[in-house]
Amino acid sequence: MSGTRLGEPYGRRIDRSRPISFMFNGRVLAGLQGDTLASALLANGVRLVGRSFKLHRPRGIFAAGIEEPTGIVDLVDGRHRTPDERATLVELVDGLAAESVNCWPSVGFDLGAVNGWFSPLLPAGFYYKTFKWPGWRPFEPAIRRMAGLGRASLERGGEVYEEISENVDLLVAGSGIAGLAAAAAAAEAGARTVLLCAGREPGGALGWRGDAEVGDLLVRARRAGVRILTRTLAFGVYDHNLVCASERLAHVPASATRRLSERLWKFRARSIVAAQGAFERPMLFPDNDRPGVMLAGAVDEYAHAYGVACGRRVVIAANCDSAYRVAESLQAAGIEVVALLDRRPSVDIGTHAAGVRAIANTGIGKVIGARSVRGCVAVPADGHSAPRLRLECDLILVAGGHAPAVHLHSQAGGRLRWLAESSMFVPDGNARGLVSVGACAGVFGREAAAQHAADVGRALALGFTVPAAPVGGASRSLASSRIAAVRGKQLVDLQNDVAVSDVELAARENYRSVEHLKRYTTTGMATDQGKTSNVNALVLMGEFTHREPAEVGTTRFRPPYSPVTFGALIGRRVGALYRPLKRLAAVEWHARHGALFEQFGNWSRPAAYPRSGESLHQAAQREALTVRRTVGLFDGSPLGKLEVWGADAARFLDLMYLGTMSTLAPGQARYGLLLNENGVIVDDGIVARVDERRFWVNTTSAGIERTAAAFEEWLQCEYTDLRVLVTPVTSRYGNATISGPKAFEVMAAAGFGAEFSPQATRHMTLHDGHWRGVPVRVLRASFTGELSYEINLPAGETEQLLQALAEGVETREGCLYGIEALEILRTEKGYLHVGTDTDGTTLPGDVGFARGIDRKAANFVGRRSLLRPAARDPQRLRLVGLAPLDGRTLLPTGAQIANAPPPTQTEGHVTSSYPSPSLGSPVALAMLARGGERLGEQVTVHHLGRRIEARVVSTPFVDPKGERLHG
Amino acid sequence: MMQIPCIYCGPRDESEFVCGGTAHLTRPPLESDDRQWAEYLFFRENPKGAHLERWRHAYGCGQWFNLERDTVTHEIRAVYPITQAAPR
Ligand SMILES: [Zn+2]
Repeated sequence: MSGTRLGEPYGRRIDRSRPISFMFNGRVLAGLQGDTLASALLANGVRLVGRSFKLHRPRGIFAAGIEEPTGIVDLVDGRHRTPDERATLVELVDGLAAESVNCWPSVGFDLGAVNGWFSPLLPAGFYYKTFKWPGWRPFEPAIRRMAGLGRASLERGGEVYEEISENVDLLVAGSGIAGLAAAAAAAEAGARTVLLCAGREPGGALGWRGDAEVGDLLVRARRAGVRILTRTLAFGVYDHNLVCASERLAHVPASATRRLSERLWKFRARSIVAAQGAFERPMLFPDNDRPGVMLAGAVDEYAHAYGVACGRRVVIAANCDSAYRVAESLQAAGIEVVALLDRRPSVDIGTHAAGVRAIANTGIGKVIGARSVRGCVAVPADGHSAPRLRLECDLILVAGGHAPAVHLHSQAGGRLRWLAESSMFVPDGNARGLVSVGACAGVFGREAAAQHAADVGRALALGFTVPAAPVGGASRSLASSRIAAVRGKQLVDLQNDVAVSDVELAARENYRSVEHLKRYTTTGMATDQGKTSNVNALVLMGEFTHREPAEVGTTRFRPPYSPVTFGALIGRRVGALYRPLKRLAAVEWHARHGALFEQFGNWSRPAAYPRSGESLHQAAQREALTVRRTVGLFDGSPLGKLEVWGADAARFLDLMYLGTMSTLAPGQARYGLLLNENGVIVDDGIVARVDERRFWVNTTSAGIERTAAAFEEWLQCEYTDLRVLVTPVTSRYGNATISGPKAFEVMAAAGFGAEFSPQATRHMTLHDGHWRGVPVRVLRASFTGELSYEINLPAGETEQLLQALAEGVETREGCLYGIEALEILRTEKGYLHVGTDTDGTTLPGDVGFARGIDRKAANFVGRRSLLRPAARDPQRLRLVGLAPLDGRTLLPTGAQIANAPPPTQTEGHVTSSYPSPSLGSPVALAMLARGGERLGEQVTVHHLGRRIEARVVSTPFVDPKGERLHG
Repeated sequence: MMQIPCIYCGPRDESEFVCGGTAHLTRPPLESDDRQWAEYLFFRENPKGAHLERWRHAYGCGQWFNLERDTVTHEIRAVYPITQAAPR
């Protein structure tokens, strides 16, 4: 229990008058309003917060911000868990419950820690090399249970996510002194400016120190109209200055049922300013991951912002001047600095700290304490020139220099250069559309950063040339802080358990590219994405391969900069809003009539109208049989409808369809196949001529969008001289289709005149007229093989028509029928269903339209492709009818036709298959090699180990002469 | 996500558009041999840098137009009507 609270003025972010109670691993602990989970745990003296990913080493809080590699917890809320939260970002609220990740049965006694004893056996690539035979699979479940971080919840939480898109002039990512200066200057120059602050309040590292200038800048920014979004982190820069940011809405525990938990912002910015600061670099020494080893700046922040003393006696391991400032700051807070061990030779040290014992050329050779730091041993940099020195302490601070947060710059396409003196990568010029300011630009001097940032803000607002960044101000620091002579596990990447020895092994195994190094050792992966480890890993890789860090280079920085939940990315697009379905105009009418709705393409439609006790299958059989015997009524409203107008409409449709449309007389209709340029069938439909310059085109329900798009593309891009207008009118018209021997009787009973009788109309003709004063367009076409009328009328009148027809249907013992019955009926007739019987290789000749091609005089889309050798191959699959030999067994859709059981060369497959209620036996359509020549032949259908003998038969199965079409 | 300047509507998010691939292709006549036709159908340049391509503002005005895009930086250098000749 080494942590305690410091008195005023320490603790700027906490409110000592408002205690908060929370749980950690089942223990009730006390924190204060304003605490993070991390600061509260530290204030309670909790050192051990979890176990590491692979070796199950004990781990504590290491940092204070988004770079936290080890303080990872699951938040538990009833049965719902939010996994892998960084304790440094979790705001403490009353009743919050957190659990350690990756340890079983408990964090103190962890069985997986035996991995640690065998750690020499778990080097980089261990899993790749070891679990090769007979494959990774048998081993995976056990390894996954041992490794990994938190546990995802199987329960759906009450979280709600949302997304907002905005256009801004200037987006500033980062709210430290540089970000504030840029935003204030830009807004004062008239730019609409948004400033994103990742934490609870703007100000950055100077903010929690109570810096007066930062306070003034904040007042100025607000006065100038800068919009400041707190708890909002810019995580990605995408094409054309799109910045995505996630806003965390304070964690609210159990009670609330539906709570907004995260908001995704998408900013399209004229200019972007990156001001995300820099990360502190850890030091390399044995057991540098022990709980009680922490980043120096983080310890300073816990003292100032939260009033928490992370320890009472500290040793600082340093490789930069900022360590001295932290030493003085902690001494002033009453924390004893036992020693400052500076890894650098004395000539590199540019500062000192009053009253602090600083020793140059020295590092840590050993950490004392198995679960928590109790002391350390200092050793000279060369390992021998000075005696080893044992130091008692309860906390070790590491200050290895700084790594500018160049992520957004790099994501925007910016290049980096290595600044050898300070051992850091800094932006090399500016990325397109994005300017870095402050520490992330490599500008560490406070005055210089503020001045440069203000100049940048003003220049971007006014369209002036942006001034170059005055890179510098960071102290000297060595690239490598490692002491070669010391022994023991030195962790480079704390989150992924990657040690110096793993990087060395990768080099020895000849990994050279930094991208390969990353993947082989897994350094820089997972939730922290190597924010504290990347530079150390690159430097080591350079050391082991005798290259400068600049030559090694960095891995590519990709979004997200920090983890984003899937929920935030998906937003409201879940459940019914995931893929909203189109509803029929008469949806309630169908529901009242017992419709069972299912999804067909983009539509929710009646699959059937089951009566009590009936299954979907039974209902469909009954409905199909009823249509053949008497009459059925079907809502065909989703049928695709296009009006094609203009002087060249006929010529255009000739070009688009296989099927000559220009020879149609007004009132006539014709079937057409729509091909793409490869000659492949993409849709089919019926084209009817209204008058000389006007056509009514029916596409399939699923094919309307692609047909309309194809028409537009050919008209706008290719046949630009044609005078044609295409108007999609699908949703404007409803469609009631009446089909069966008594179809016209029903229409007559509903008030349709003799001009619609089967004698007065013919199959494939179009008739405009009126019904009860409503204009109707009636097409005599049939997908059932029975006498059919497709009655189109204004969508709002659909229900009225359905109701009128349904009455006549009922008195004639007819019924309503759905899609399932329609599929049975059209399969009995051998009618093609594009997309079911055809696929992305099917040509017109394969489904019986070879003659149409040869006969057609005009050119049409896809024609040339039908002359290719592959299109004329006699082995091609052809659409045929198939019937089981035993007259009983259904041939499963998708089953393969072959001479031997699969795997083997197949001859084709079943495409549509139903029991035929009219015939009392199953019928099927299939695509079969040389199908047209094989009528009467016996074939074998294979399905999941079953063999079914079948015969190739001619279609239609029902009414081969097509006499029923005419009533 | 790119921002594409529709010549009729102005700049809009890429998600409103559909890409139609390389622009200014010439379709060989019906009499072309199989090789010519196959090259037209299947063979495309894959340039690193400037690429002329056609896009449709499908969820906006519905119009097709051409643009010049840098395939490396995604910079859009020119936008012009579908019937206009290629720049330069
Ligand atoms: Zn447009």
